[in-house]
Amino acid sequence: MRKSITIVGASLAGLRGAEALRRDGFDGPISLIGDEPHAPYDRPPLSKKILAGDWEADRAALTPAERFADLNLDLRLGSRATKLNVDSQTLWVDGEPEAYQGLLIATGARCRTLPGTEGMNGVHTLRTLNDCLAIRTALEAGPRRLVVVGAGFIGAEVAATAVGRGVPTTLIESLAAPLERVVGNMVGEVVAEVHRSNGVDLRCGVGVTAVHGREQIEAVELTDGTIIETDLLVVGIGVLPNTEWLEGSGLTIENGVVCDETCLAAPGVTAAGDVARWLNPRYGELMRVEHWDNAVEQGPYAARRLLVDQPANPFTPVPWFWSDQFDRKIQLAGRPSPDDEVQIVNGSIEEHRFAAFYGSHGKLRAVFGMNRPRQVMQGKNLLAQGASWQEALAVAAAWE
Amino acid sequence: MRIVVDYDLCESNAICMDLAPDVFEVRDDDFLYVLNETPSDDRREVMEDAVRRCPKQAIALKD
Ligand SMILES: Cc1cc2nc3c(=O)[nH]c(=O)nc-3n(C[C@H](O)[C@H](O)[C@H](O)COP(=O)(O)OP(=O)(O)OC[C@H]3O[C@@H](n4cnc5c(N)ncnc54)[C@H](O)[C@@H]3O)c2cc1C
Ligand code: SF4
Repeated sequence: MRKSITIVGASLAGLRGAEALRRDGFDGPISLIGDEPHAPYDRPPLSKKILAGDWEADRAALTPAERFADLNLDLRLGSRATKLNVDSQTLWVDGEPEAYQGLLIATGARCRTLPGTEGMNGVHTLRTLNDCLAIRTALEAGPRRLVVVGAGFIGAEVAATAVGRGVPTTLIESLAAPLERVVGNMVGEVVAEVHRSNGVDLRCGVGVTAVHGREQIEAVELTDGTIIETDLLVVGIGVLPNTEWLEGSGLTIENGVVCDETCLAAPGVTAAGDVARWLNPRYGELMRVEHWDNAVEQGPYAARRLLVDQPANPFTPVPWFWSDQFDRKIQLAGRPSPDDEVQIVNGSIEEHRFAAFYGSHGKLRAVFGMNRPRQVMQGKNLLAQGASWQEALAVAAAWE
Repeated sequence: MRIVVDYDLCESNAICMDLAPDVFEVRDDDFLYVLNETPSDDRREVMEDAVRRCPKQAIALKD
């Protein structure tokens, strides 16, 4: 039985994992190692309440200071894991080797950047509290225009928040509609309409070919030849898992830390959250999920996994996330795919208040909701039960 | 055990209802209603799960 646990990544998955061990009564040493200077904080408010100026940064703390002390963790902030060797069970922190007994890897992900913009003033990505405060300061300074590249969830939220602050905002998306990669075109068009009607200058189907300026950004040039003058650019083109420090560790790294269906990456090593790519038996494939709820579930699962030989159940969640844009609450449960049939089962597109089912091969695959939380949760249950398309439609017919 | 929801924080995304539909209900008006403010002690684990899973940290348990 392992007597001590080491967790790398002091954020949502890592902290919730440590808390679960303490809740279960584990009283051995737990190290929580993170390279950010701040105590663990929550990221969703970074594109919403904190960026809007409604909340101060301290409101995002994941666990209040007084409860944190009770956890009795060896919290090492500002410390970076630099190397791992699973054969000798050695972890290097800031270059110094230390032995571990059980290791939870929860190093999350970081933003992709736009090539050629490194070090240019006025160009930002959004992942950390420091990123958020830098963008907030720039928004408060009254920029001429904010340009957001990429209308995925983070980009779309940043655009919505900035417009809410009265900043003229252009949102650029290379696909035909915002969020299209995840929700498909029909639903993406509704999201587009929400953004346009709220005053976002949304340009879809165009990419960025060049960013002009030397030290300070001056303009972006689009694939259709348009030049947009701007002094503030936020790049939201996805994230990459933080796995560089694991090269040569003996673990399999392929778009994340590859794990089995119990989140085990090697004997005594598990992974959780945005960095983990595990075999989800529900879908029979390796998946990496970049959602809040997954980190909250997988962190505890993977931490507990280190203390048992064989867990009772594999980790088989139905992925779920939410996104707040303007006064619309977007939620998606399940895994839609591009060839799914999409059907509105509740509410209407016109009032921007609806639930949609995605299905293929006679099965329900996903449920999308815009201001339809109740229906999404009921749909999530149908997904968990593996409901057929017909069964799901029958349940939805009884809503209203 | 008493359930206390901070309605200034709650944004009705209904994850609590998913975990304990007999205690939490998000209705069609998009508001959360607590159906049972004092669930019995054998529900503590589920209630604690709801506290953790609430993305807005809006739920608290008071003894
Ligand atoms: C702006 C923003 C808004 C979001 N909004 C939503 C939302 O509305 N809904 C939703 O479902 N999800 C949302 N998410 C996603 C959600 O926040 C993530 O899924 C979640 O943070 C993942 O948690 P994690 O612990 O796996 O990783 P992270 O939160 O990325 O934490 C990993 C930590 O490890 C640290 N680290 C990395 N490498 C090392 C190393 N070598 N040594 C030590 N420490 C290291 C990192 O600095 C970081 O602190 C949002 C994310 C962002 C950035
Ligand atoms: S999970 Fe939290 S935010 Fe969501 S409805 Fe319940 S209390 Fe409100």
